[in-house]
Parts: sequence; structure tokens; C-alpha cells
Amino acid sequence: MGLRAPFGGEVLVRGTVLMWLSIIVLIPLGAVVFRSFDEGAGAFWEAISEPEAVAAIKLTVITSLVIVVINALMGTLIAWVLVRDEFPGKRIVNSIIDLPFALPTIVAGLTLLALYGNDSPIGVNVTYTKVAVGLALLFVTLPFVVRAVQPVLHELDEEMEEAAASLGASNFRIFRSIILPNLTPAIIAGCALAFARAIGEFGSLVLITGNIPFDTQVASVYIFGRIESDNTTAAAAVAVFLLVLSVVILFALNLFGRWRSRHERG
Amino acid sequence: MSVVNPFARYGMRFAALLYLGLLLAIPLVMIFVKTFEDGFREPLEAVTSEEGLHAFYLTLLCVGIAVPLNTIFGVLCALMIVRDKFPGKSIINSLIDLPFAVSPVVIGLALFLVYGVDGFIGGPLDDMGIQIIFSTPGLVLATIFVSLPFVVREVVPVLQEIGDDQEQAASTLGANAWQTFWRVTLPSIRWGVTYGVVLASARALGEFGAVAVVSGRISGETETLPLLVQNEYDNFNVAGAYAAAIVLAILAVLILLSMNLLRRRSSGDEDEELGLQVVAQPAKEV
Repeated sequence: MGLRAPFGGEVLVRGTVLMWLSIIVLIPLGAVVFRSFDEGAGAFWEAISEPEAVAAIKLTVITSLVIVVINALMGTLIAWVLVRDEFPGKRIVNSIIDLPFALPTIVAGLTLLALYGNDSPIGVNVTYTKVAVGLALLFVTLPFVVRAVQPVLHELDEEMEEAAASLGASNFRIFRSIILPNLTPAIIAGCALAFARAIGEFGSLVLITGNIPFDTQVASVYIFGRIESDNTTAAAAVAVFLLVLSVVILFALNLFGRWRSRHERG
Repeated sequence: MSVVNPFARYGMRFAALLYLGLLLAIPLVMIFVKTFEDGFREPLEAVTSEEGLHAFYLTLLCVGIAVPLNTIFGVLCALMIVRDKFPGKSIINSLIDLPFAVSPVVIGLALFLVYGVDGFIGGPLDDMGIQIIFSTPGLVLATIFVSLPFVVREVVPVLQEIGDDQEQAASTLGANAWQTFWRVTLPSIRWGVTYGVVLASARALGEFGAVAVVSGRISGETETLPLLVQNEYDNFNVAGAYAAAIVLAILAVLILLSMNLLRRRSSGDEDEELGLQVVAQPAKEV
């Protein structure tokens, strides 16, 4: 099958695409990897095992895992309510799910600060604590699991559930034996995307967490600080750690998706 | 619906709405309340100050350059992914998604290392008197990076679905490649392209981390709206921060509305509730 693009040539299109991708994405990301090993593997190891870097990475990974678990539970629950429940205003609720994708991250941080900050109208102040880190990450990752589970649940036949109920299965039994197994792949996919997003998050965290080293400073904030103090080797080392982690997740998800579509076809 | 007992159903509805309310809805309302609690004059002055207007202009400039370029790239790239065949194509297909996976700060660092004065592209350019990092071109580059995959990811599934029967028919009837593209291909992918453009604009408008690294924060010069929000907040001008944030929040709500309209329009189904394909589904094998 030939490419019927304009300008008359596949090669020209390939060249343009590859050049654009290289100038914008590939060469710069390659430079980060290069910079981190620039002064040898020893320097890389030294930079990444520095106590402040280790603390930042630990906080980032642990908090991200915690919020992914919350997302799996609440995301599935919200998706269920949006698909199987009926109530006035459901359409509006459905459309605000995407708000975290549309709202700039720095504004997201400021909105959370307005409700959970120093002069909180409900008297809850989480600023400069680890709770603030989790809260901001929950905000920005909210849509991933909901939007992954929703279409699957939408296509899931309700008759199976009705049959199970008429045979005397309890609600919990129906959920565990029928709904959950069908949703698991979508929940995993949503969780992986949410995790990849959470470990790199920056904008929503800078205002509300206070960025205290060894306490509320996440990996991306650590990197930013090292760039500002002109220590690009240390910045690049932690950046490579994040880069490898998110690329591994992305490729694993791609493989998982392919395996799933082959599995379903066959 | 008959399956679930009403008690459990109301309980779950309540839990879902409470969670969404506390995390999304109430904070968003709060930002409007906080901005306008002392009247409209102060926020209006902050937004129309020289600094505020310049930040607004700079943000629009970045979006205005990045999104059209990425749209052209996106359509070409989608055509290549769906219709072309060559070794290594599936690797390129995966690499397109990198900007979704990489932390904004890492993106900023990456551009800084290559296009900064010590970088191997930025160095020679600097000798010629062209400054990229800590200047407007750097902001544009960062914006292009973060909004790169959106159009591709929206157009690829549409192209796969329509197939190339019509295009083949057009060329059999004597249309050249250019005519086929404008008269057959483009009209059938237009909603996919539009949706991708909306998503890319949303991301481009609000980008903070990548832009923060390459901007150098020269107030009134390399400060976009999201950077202005943080700068005002750090300088204890909370009213100014809220005023700049409200402009971005209003733009975000407009984008959200157009996303919903487009989704219904492109699917032609009032009940269609599918979310953002681009983030909710891992890339499929092509």
C-alpha cells in the first residue's frame, strides 16, 4: 500500500517527520542521557545516591504508588457511577472529569491552595506536608483510570449481571466475579498512565508543597533546583532515572495493549 | 440498574460525587471566589497591567506558533504511521508518545542542554547572535515539545477507520496526490484534527515546568501566564496570582466545553461518553 500523501513522496514525508522528531524530542533527550554519563559512571552513581536525591526519589515513587491505589479504587467507582447510575446533572459531572487535563498545572496547585491552604475556609491546612504532595497528584491524575474504565464498562453486557443476580449472587459477588475481571486490564492501563504522570509532575506541586528537602521535595523539583544552581550533572542523573522509569512504563503498556488486542482477536 | 440494591447505589453515587466535589469542583469554585471577593477592580488591574498583558501575548504567541506546526507534523506523521511501511516504523510510533511520558522539568533540562549557550546546537547559534534559551524561541521550543503528540494520536485512529478505498478511487479517476489529500483525506479526518488541535492548545497554554526551566524568568520579557501566576504568588501579590490564574481557568473551561461539543459532534451520538482516547488508551499496534 503506497502513501498517498501530497508532495508526491513517501521518503520526503519520512524525512520531515524524523527530522522534526529528532530536533524537538530525540536529540534533546539523548543529551540528557549523555550529560548524566559525561563524567563517567562513577559520577552518575555519586549524583543519584546523594542523600537529598534519594529522599526526593523515594518520596516521589512512594507517593505515586499510594495515589495510584486510590485512583484504582475511586476511578473505578466514579466510572461505574457515570455508566450504570442515572441522576440529574450526570452529563456535567462527566465533563468535569477532564478538567485536570484542561487546567494548567500551576492553576491546579493554586486552586488546591485556595481550599486546603493557610486560610482554608473549611479549616483544613495541608500546605508544606506530604499530604499536599498526594493531594496535588490525585488532582492531576484523576481522569486516567476513569477514562480508561468507562468505555469498557459501557460495552460490558448488563445481562450477565442480571443473570447472576437472578441466580442469587450478591452485589459483591457479581462485582468480584463478573465486573472486576472484565475491567482489570483497563484499570491496569489507567494506573500505569497515572503513575507515569505522577512521578514527573511539577507545576501543581511547587506552590502547595513548599519544596522542603528531605521532606516534601519531589524528584522533579529536585531536578529544577539543581538546574538553577548550575549543577546539570546532578540534574541529569535524576532526570535519567525518571526518564527510564517512564519509558519502561510506556513500552510495557504498549506491549500490554498489543498482547490484549491479539488475545481478544484470537 | 435493577441488579444493584438502591442502598449500595446511592452510597456509591454519594462517594463518587463527594470525592469529585472535594478534589475538583469546590477548589475550582474557590478560585473564582478568592479572585473576586474584593471586587473586580483589583484583578482587572492586575490582568491589564503591562506585565499581565505581555504574559498573555507571549502565551498566545507560543501557542500560535507551536500548535500550527504540530498540526502539520501531526497529519504528516499520522499518514506515515497508517499508510507507509518501512523497517523501524513501530519504534517511531512509540517514540511519538515520549512527550506524554517525560516530566516537564526533564523536557526543560533536555532543551537547555542542547540549545543553551553550552549546547552543541545552542553554542554555534549563540556565536551567530541567536539566543534560544532564556529567550522567546526557547519558550516556543518547549511548547512544541509538550504538545507534539496530540494531533498524531487523534488522527491515527480516524485514518485507520476510514481506510484508503476513497483515496484509491480518487486517484483512479485521475486526481493527483495533492487533490486527493485536499478533497478526500482532509475532509474525512477534520474532526480528528480539530480535536487534536484543541487538546494540544490546552496543553500548550498551560505548560509550566518545561517553560519554567528555559525561560530564565525575565519579568515582562520571557514570562508566560503560568509563570506569572507563580511569580506573583512568590512575591506575595496573591491577588495578582489569582487574577492571572482566572484567565487561564476561564480558557481551560472554554477548552473543556469545546472538547465536549467536538466529542459529540465527531461521534454523532448524544449518549457517547467515551473519554479522551489519547490518554485513556495505550497506543495500538499499527
